[in-house]
Amino acid sequence: MNHASPTAPCRLRINGQHYAADLPPSVTLLDLLRERLDLTGTKKGCDHGQCGACTVLIDGKRVKSCLVLAVSIPDAAVITIEGINQDGQLHPMQQAFIDADAFQCGYCTPGQIMSAIALLEEDHAHSREEIREFMSGNLCRCGAYNGIVEAIEHVIAQQDQDSKGEAA
Amino acid sequence: MNVVSANIGQPVPRIDGFAKVTGQATYAAEPHPPGLLYGVIVNSLIARGRIEAIHDEAARAVPGVIEVMTHHNRPHTALFEKSYVDGLGVPGSPYRPLHDGEIHFNGQPVAVVFAETFEAAREAAMLIQVDYERWPHNADFDAALYQKYMPSKTRSNYVPPKTRGNASEAYALSPIKIEGRFHLAPEHHNPMEMHATTVIPEEDCTLTVWDKTQGPQAVQTYLASALSLSGNEVRVRNPYVGGAFGSGLRAQHNVFLAALGAKMLKRPIRVTLTRPQMFTHVFRPEAVMDIALAADRDGTLQSIIVEGVTDTSRFEHNMENLVIWGPIGYKCPNATADYKIAPRDTYTSSDMRAPGAATGVNLFEMAIDELAWACGMDPLAFRLHNYSEIDAMHNMPLTSNALREALLQGAERFGWNGRPPAPRSLRDGREFIGHGMAIGIWDAMFSPTAARARLTSDGRLHIATPASDIGTGTYTILAQTASEAFGIPIDRIDIELGDSTLPECPTEGGSWTAASAGAAVWLACQSLREKFLKALAKSENTPERIRQSEVTLTEGELRGVRDGRREVFSLQEALSFIGEASIEAEETAKPGLRGKISEMRKARFTHSAVFCEVRVDEELGIVRVTRLVNAVAAGRIMNPKTAASQVRGAMVMATGMALHEESLMDERYGRFMNHNFSEYHIPSHADIPEMDVLFVDEKDEEVSPLGIKGVGEIGMCGTAAAIANAIFHATGKRYRTLPIMPGA
Ligand code: FES
Ligand code: FES
Repeated sequence: MNHASPTAPCRLRINGQHYAADLPPSVTLLDLLRERLDLTGTKKGCDHGQCGACTVLIDGKRVKSCLVLAVSIPDAAVITIEGINQDGQLHPMQQAFIDADAFQCGYCTPGQIMSAIALLEEDHAHSREEIREFMSGNLCRCGAYNGIVEAIEHVIAQQDQDSKGEAA
Repeated sequence: MNVVSANIGQPVPRIDGFAKVTGQATYAAEPHPPGLLYGVIVNSLIARGRIEAIHDEAARAVPGVIEVMTHHNRPHTALFEKSYVDGLGVPGSPYRPLHDGEIHFNGQPVAVVFAETFEAAREAAMLIQVDYERWPHNADFDAALYQKYMPSKTRSNYVPPKTRGNASEAYALSPIKIEGRFHLAPEHHNPMEMHATTVIPEEDCTLTVWDKTQGPQAVQTYLASALSLSGNEVRVRNPYVGGAFGSGLRAQHNVFLAALGAKMLKRPIRVTLTRPQMFTHVFRPEAVMDIALAADRDGTLQSIIVEGVTDTSRFEHNMENLVIWGPIGYKCPNATADYKIAPRDTYTSSDMRAPGAATGVNLFEMAIDELAWACGMDPLAFRLHNYSEIDAMHNMPLTSNALREALLQGAERFGWNGRPPAPRSLRDGREFIGHGMAIGIWDAMFSPTAARARLTSDGRLHIATPASDIGTGTYTILAQTASEAFGIPIDRIDIELGDSTLPECPTEGGSWTAASAGAAVWLACQSLREKFLKALAKSENTPERIRQSEVTLTEGELRGVRDGRREVFSLQEALSFIGEASIEAEETAKPGLRGKISEMRKARFTHSAVFCEVRVDEELGIVRVTRLVNAVAAGRIMNPKTAASQVRGAMVMATGMALHEESLMDERYGRFMNHNFSEYHIPSHADIPEMDVLFVDEKDEEVSPLGIKGVGEIGMCGTAAAIANAIFHATGKRYRTLPIMPGA
């Protein structure tokens, strides 16, 4: 009957945990997370790199996981929405999303949050316009855009305050 | 009902927020039972015809493929067509997936591949070849207009337009008039979560169905009937829904096919549509409205003539309340309207956020703006002069109408005063600036709904109603309601939604959930509270000192006062006195006699006034919306935070309607060809300015038991017109077709 499909080795660090398996090369990182590792916090909104729902961090950079084949990034460090809690506490961005009512259905939310966290690292958030421009890869059909921008601005303001505090 | 606002009306953060920001909320495609199979649908490539042969040998040879299900080998389903009718009740012959070899629309499922992995199913699906006998089809809307008709049986919620006065004579005699054909392109709902179903056969032979739907009970009834099962063999769950906007009102083919697959293979099945497949089912119908309006020289509206057509499929008669909004909302002595539907060989169009009104109000408000300009009147002054305090079409008073306040407060907030009337009079560098406005109107609805409240020995209150939270904030406002009605802090409340086994509830949609489920939860909690306090007073185990005192329940604590001495004790203690592990009450909120009489005598609407600023690049024609203000009159606002998000969300979608969204038909194949997010544009972050939403005070004790009107749709109504009207003010050019793309 059926012959086995070809596989290739996949070795990753996902939210700090080592993962190794032989996978068909057609498995995307997104489908690996959702269907094989039960990390369903990362969402699929298009499977085409057009919506941002699947955004994760790969070696610190935001990447659309639907466009990455799992076997193509050996030894990469992948962080998903499940991996950003800090000692069981919500990440400040997660808390800011709740406070600013930055979502409705919540489906684009993990992607928005991962993107927003990376955005701050990229130093691409100097103005509201810049935030909007650099968050435009993350679509939200519920239209929670105002809240998302507010949440991001809030986290920036918090960080500024913290760093001022440290400086003083 | 006399409600003292403590928790109701507060901007409480969403109680489902934690689950959503951590990725723990489980959507339809996410439960993962052992032995799960993946189903991938193969779609028809023709619009009309018959399948001659399906070649699935190559697909079956793909490792991991378990079965290819087609109309040849599918299990038995219900024999009669009427068994496939779903709750929305669109007249006609419902589409029956994999029923036989006949093709009714492009994209119709012709086979489903089931495999051990998603990758195998996807690969195999691409290998399936189908031979068709092609029949002629028509997918061109303009051609369909020649076949427009009025179905003999209309949709149950259809409101036939009523004529008053003599509109054509008044039109002929009036000095100032405009007329034209207004048009809206078809739009797809495109919730971020694609339609998906996970079906799990349980050990007791029942099916648990996780489905992306707005009505778990409607899907349960549909599946049971279409698959010839009994009602309690199917349990449908949808605790989290990644948006829907109407696409989850009817049971979609994915749920039917997944359940059919589970019946065939006796294994858990997941079927998820792809984004392109999301363009093979429901959409907002394309529409034309021929509008003729006339007024006196002083700007008094004299005649309204509206003729509108929306499209439907060849097999079902989908209808919208498209043409009634102008005749209802304006006090014009002469008005007439006519509505028809036009068939084409596509899937049936369907309700999308504010169905009928999103199209009808926006296109009409664009026409009204033209008339105001023709009269030489300020658009706001024209509307203040002509809007109706009552439902002018049925000559019926309204339960409340704070539209005037909305217009005035919105104008104030926007800074409308001092707007130069002439187009092209404001500019900044290479951009023209324009200010436009419009009125919004939508039904305020109430449907009978049941809810259950249960107090458990851990001192928590559990509320259950099968309403759906599709991002609407239902979890949160129901918790607020329960908190206030029972007297318990919100963090000691659990809300259970989205389960067909819960008490009865209509499908979520049309903005009726807050009013209806809210009232049901209120009643259930009140009744539980009474029952609980009575039991406490009666139980022999209740200490004498408590039994004889006047006990009150607030903040989740019981307080008794006796002889000036205060006793405080907990809900847990009280339950132990009663000797029950838990105590529960179930109630149904219905209009009642007074409500029914009120429904006969009075109409009920939400209203809004939308103000907009756009900037239009003179050379490139690029339009940017830079300011939006929406003043909304929607009765009692349960939670200003989530309500404002609802309105803003609809305004974003309306911005898409005005400027971006258009499903383009390839008439040769009968297929929407721009079936992905890079070609079907929904607004992104960069398209959306800050939106200012204000709620106008509107007390309405008659509209629903809690005075709620609902806020889910109103943001759609008027916003697109305000943008179009602002574009005219910026550029001097009138567009009569949405979306407007001056740069394209
Ligand atoms: S799912 Fe990856 S970008 Fe949409
Ligand atoms: S919150 Fe629903 S898509 Fe963004």
